Amino acid sequence: MGNPMKIRASVKDGVTEVKVLMQHVMETGLRKEADGTVVPAWYITDVKALHKEKVVLLAQFGQSVSKNPYLSFRFKGGAVGDKITISWVDNTGDTRTDETAIAE
Amino acid sequence: MNREVNLERRKTLKAGGGVGLLALFGGLGLLKPGMAMAEVDKKAFAAKTMDEALSAMGVILPGSSDLVQLTVPEIAENGAIVPVVVSSTLANVEQISILADQNPNPLAANFTFPQGTEGMVTTRIKMAKTSHVIALVKADGKFYRVMKEVKVTAGGCGG
Repeated sequence: MGNPMKIRASVKDGVTEVKVLMQHVMETGLRKEADGTVVPAWYITDVKALHKEKVVLLAQFGQSVSKNPYLSFRFKGGAVGDKITISWVDNTGDTRTDETAIAE
Repeated sequence: MNREVNLERRKTLKAGGGVGLLALFGGLGLLKPGMAMAEVDKKAFAAKTMDEALSAMGVILPGSSDLVQLTVPEIAENGAIVPVVVSSTLANVEQISILADQNPNPLAANFTFPQGTEGMVTTRIKMAKTSHVIALVKADGKFYRVMKEVKVTAGGCGG
């Protein structure tokens, strides 16, 4: 089920800023262990951000997004208390969804 | 541009590649019809060169533009974490793609912006070695590019 994300969302002057820190190893599939065995690729492929029911951002990731991916973006609208939901899917089919409420 | 991207998607669907994943996403409600417009074909992420990545994305590399801004460190002490900020003063930004031209797979991330979301994004990428970070921004159907060199003193792919 993956590890929980940290999500912060705050609204100022009618614009909501969302910051997300996901927890994921983001293995490229190119790295080798000391004994030469290749560590299989394991990375988030898709991220979706919702403000209430509306999609506010879609992200597609490749292997070269850093471990524990960080993402921030802004959208117009949003009010204190509105729900922000972030979901991701990785290349093994694992998913994780977390939510937060917009703060001041 | 859009047309090419969509044709590319269709080809993939016909070929059966990625159907499982798309079906899975559909099942999870992660993709909505009509939202797939500015998403790139998954095979663009597997491309090994810039040219391959761009052609899989259906993009012809546009000229450099000062309407889009890219903020990256000049020197990255740790190639595993290179902060990247892409922003733009353009209206109606639909898509932002981030690529590193010397990475084993140049396309790092692609973002799709629905109406109302500002044309900026911050993330962190891995860079195998000193190379250029390229940001492609699509606004009103037209692509813009900005490129900056990042000197990497320790590679991001370990091993």
